[in-house]
Amino acid sequence: MKSLIEKILAGDVRTVARLIRDIDDGIPDVREVLKELYPFTGKAYVVGITGAPGVGKSTLVDQMVAHLRKRKKTVGVLAVDPTSPFSGGAILGDRIRMQRHSMDQGVFIRSLATRGHFGGLTQSTRSAIDVLDAMGKDYVLVETVGVGQDEVDVMKSVHTTVIMAIPGMGDDIQAIKAGILEVGDIFVVNKADRDGVDRTVNDLKQMIEMDQRRGREGGWKPPVIKAQAVFDKGVETLLEQIDNHQSHLKETDGVINFRRRKKIIREELEDMVKGRIFEEVSRHLIETGAFEDAIESVINGEIDPYSACDNLVLPALRIETE
Amino acid sequence: MKRKRKIRIMVAKPGLDGHDRGARIIARAYRDAGFEVVYTGLHQTPEEIVEAAIQEDVDMIGLSSLAGAHNYLFPRVVELLREKQADDIVVCGGGIIPDEDIKTLERGGIRKVFTPGSSLDEIVKWVEDNVDPR
Repeated sequence: MKSLIEKILAGDVRTVARLIRDIDDGIPDVREVLKELYPFTGKAYVVGITGAPGVGKSTLVDQMVAHLRKRKKTVGVLAVDPTSPFSGGAILGDRIRMQRHSMDQGVFIRSLATRGHFGGLTQSTRSAIDVLDAMGKDYVLVETVGVGQDEVDVMKSVHTTVIMAIPGMGDDIQAIKAGILEVGDIFVVNKADRDGVDRTVNDLKQMIEMDQRRGREGGWKPPVIKAQAVFDKGVETLLEQIDNHQSHLKETDGVINFRRRKKIIREELEDMVKGRIFEEVSRHLIETGAFEDAIESVINGEIDPYSACDNLVLPALRIETE
Repeated sequence: MKRKRKIRIMVAKPGLDGHDRGARIIARAYRDAGFEVVYTGLHQTPEEIVEAAIQEDVDMIGLSSLAGAHNYLFPRVVELLREKQADDIVVCGGGIIPDEDIKTLERGGIRKVFTPGSSLDEIVKWVEDNVDPR
């Protein structure tokens, strides 16, 4: 264990890669490693990038990496792509846009699939962020398709959330609005050479204006940036705004370290407790066959599903707490 | 909750070869078989492929080549994996590969070569039978 922790702290790529695999595969032993690693986390600055498919997230992340490297910062990237709900497989293609950094020892890129187990993405992404943080990366960039509760939750546990849109998709903004707009700290309108860019920028600005929580005295007002990521336009502005947001967090909260922020710790711990209860109870129910029996009972009309659920969960919880 | 490891595969196009229709079809078939597939895009050097494969912690690398440089590029990937102590990663290849080259490639550490006419089922089955997710 000690040598494993030392290897991670020394930034050993293979060890880190394998640990993230264990996290992703839900290997129970990994918890012990994460416990040991925790005291060494909390140094990296974490940025989330989200938006609909095709808006240019991977391209923007690739450019951000290049700019951060010019500033002599090391970078970890977690690129999340969806798992097929039918086969359970996934094609992880975000790396295509970032491969130019693969030989750079200051950059670690990892593709993750959403996999879709209960609360799994949020928890495993947070743990993977911790590992990249502990290996010494100055910045961790997390890229996700901005749909689904899990992904919104991921964005809640980063320092700065960047939301991307493109012109000409009026409904696109509507889609963003449902859920994730509220967590956006910076908005980027990519592909800004396209028609309708000003309209999209204005729509976003209006939406931000209308948000009651924003614009209060001393509050952070999310900027809207035009960009053409593929030509490296707007990327430096984005990084400047990320710096500004970082200073703002420091001024308002007094601390930048996640580990000292009550709201984030509360949410993380809540998710962890939920996930752990689910994991332990469901393992027990599957191992004892109680779950399959309950399905049969409901089908045979012996019991209603609500009572079946009570019968399954309540005794199982008692067993786990004994 | 199932605690089964998922097979992770990298599909890569080494060298100066601009045709990736085949690689994409393979990637798709692997996905439909329930594997996680990392695709790196075109024009990769063996060094880039190996570095990416290690970062992604894949169980297998599938190399596709239609441009004739497989006799150098494929074994070079195996060699680099060995240098990095990552030769537990299985390497297989596919593409326009003359029969007489297959033996050479296998001697160079390529576990299996698929040529035109191989069915997707066969290619997927080979992975299921020969690749053990760590």
